[in-house]
Amino acid sequence: MKEKGWKEIPIGGLILKAGNAEEYKTGDWRTFRPVRDEEKCTNCLICWIYCPDSSIIVEDGKVKGIRYDYCKGCGICATECPVEAIKMVEESEFRKKGGE
Amino acid sequence: MGRIVGLTGDETAAEVMRQINPDVLAAYPITPQTETVQRFSEFVADGKVSTEMVRVESEQSAMSACIGAAAAGARAMTATSANGLALMWEIVYIAASCRLPIAMVVVNRALSGPINIHCDHSDSMGARDSGWIQIYSENCQEIYDNLIQAVRIGENREVLLPVMVTFDGFIISHCTERLELLEDKKVRDFVGEYKNSYPLLNVDNPITYGPLDLFDYYFEHKRQQIEAMEKVPQVIQRVGEEFEKLSGRTYSLMEEYKTEDADFILVAAGSTAGTVKTAIEELREEGIKAGLLKIRVFRPFPVAKICQVLKKAKAVAVLDRSASFGAQGGPIFLEVRSALFGEERKLPVINYIYGLGGRDISIEQIKGVYRNLQKIADTGKVKKLVDCIGLRE
Ligand code: SF4
Ligand code: SF4
Repeated sequence: MKEKGWKEIPIGGLILKAGNAEEYKTGDWRTFRPVRDEEKCTNCLICWIYCPDSSIIVEDGKVKGIRYDYCKGCGICATECPVEAIKMVEESEFRKKGGE
Repeated sequence: MGRIVGLTGDETAAEVMRQINPDVLAAYPITPQTETVQRFSEFVADGKVSTEMVRVESEQSAMSACIGAAAAGARAMTATSANGLALMWEIVYIAASCRLPIAMVVVNRALSGPINIHCDHSDSMGARDSGWIQIYSENCQEIYDNLIQAVRIGENREVLLPVMVTFDGFIISHCTERLELLEDKKVRDFVGEYKNSYPLLNVDNPITYGPLDLFDYYFEHKRQQIEAMEKVPQVIQRVGEEFEKLSGRTYSLMEEYKTEDADFILVAAGSTAGTVKTAIEELREEGIKAGLLKIRVFRPFPVAKICQVLKKAKAVAVLDRSASFGAQGGPIFLEVRSALFGEERKLPVINYIYGLGGRDISIEQIKGVYRNLQKIADTGKVKKLVDCIGLRE
């Protein structure tokens, strides 16, 4: 996102558009990435309930994936998963192995 | 011609707030501001205003309530003194940075400690970098006139900054003076209606006030505040001219008293300006060309105008009713001296700290300052750059 100059932004730090936090990708804060093992996952959706960043994508009652643009890598999902289907992998390791 | 009345400073502030009839007034009582809020609460109880009065448990909450109200879209006012202002501190800055044009009465009182309830300017001077416009009043009439204008100045679209209107505790706040009031309707028409362009209560377009602002945008928002302050002098001038049409009384960034031909000029703010004027009258009878430059607006500091007036003088003395510990002198002195630094001719500017904790200053003492300026002009020597008046050694 190109940062704007002082003449272009609303005064007083006001945010004039509702819900624009979506434009701010917080995923690049992440050090550890949650990686889900589809085989192990029972679709209990506990991770979906606990994720503080609404980053667990659910469709038709099933986990479809993780929104890495916003997932901050807090590890709550991995801690809460009753069947240990989510592993926290260091981003650098993940990238070394060719992930993105 | 308006109605002539006798009111104390505090009563004047309450009376003008009644006429302005703000949407919200949130305040906590503190000496010597107490009568302002007490009197205003009577107006509320008697149904003389439609103001929502918020009886908070501290000044921190008073300013917070004002911020909430102003953000929601209401015209909000408050009043405080010294330690009350200190307790608001964090929120005072937030009001300015949220660009909410709250009007606040500050009845100047010495800031502790040791605890003292009498006048000096340490409270409001401490807030000089908070981003508020500061207007100092000499007497009750000025309290009245300044508060009416303050609403218009702060709410101006190009400004949108909170405004402090100050006056001297006890000396003015508890002293009955003659003043002229305008009709209620005239005041209300003059201040008009407060229209916040971004009201928090607009559910069709929800917005956010006060979000986290880090290294990526905080600096830009501060730059906007600097810009807003730079717009203030011309707005004060315009509002002053409009107010003159209404009241017949002239207001500008500062007041000049016999400065035109003055060899020796004193710079002062607040009630002492009145004492200086009397001293000037007496000195002029002796043939001494004395003059006064009264600071009305301290923030923003009207550098260019002040240089224009002072540069013709032979010597200048700045009276500060507060100390800036560890600095080269009092806050007004620092501004004045720095303003004059750009002038080609170096003229002697000295500083006197006076009246701390409510200590009286007499006409004789002020005459002594002028006599010292005469000596400096004659000898070309400044013996003491910063001195005190009325202090026991
Ligand atoms: S690591 Fe945290 S943020 Fe990322 S998906 Fe799991 S719970 Fe959500
Ligand atoms: S908590 Fe574990 S098992 Fe349950 S849906 Fe999430 S990943 Fe699957």
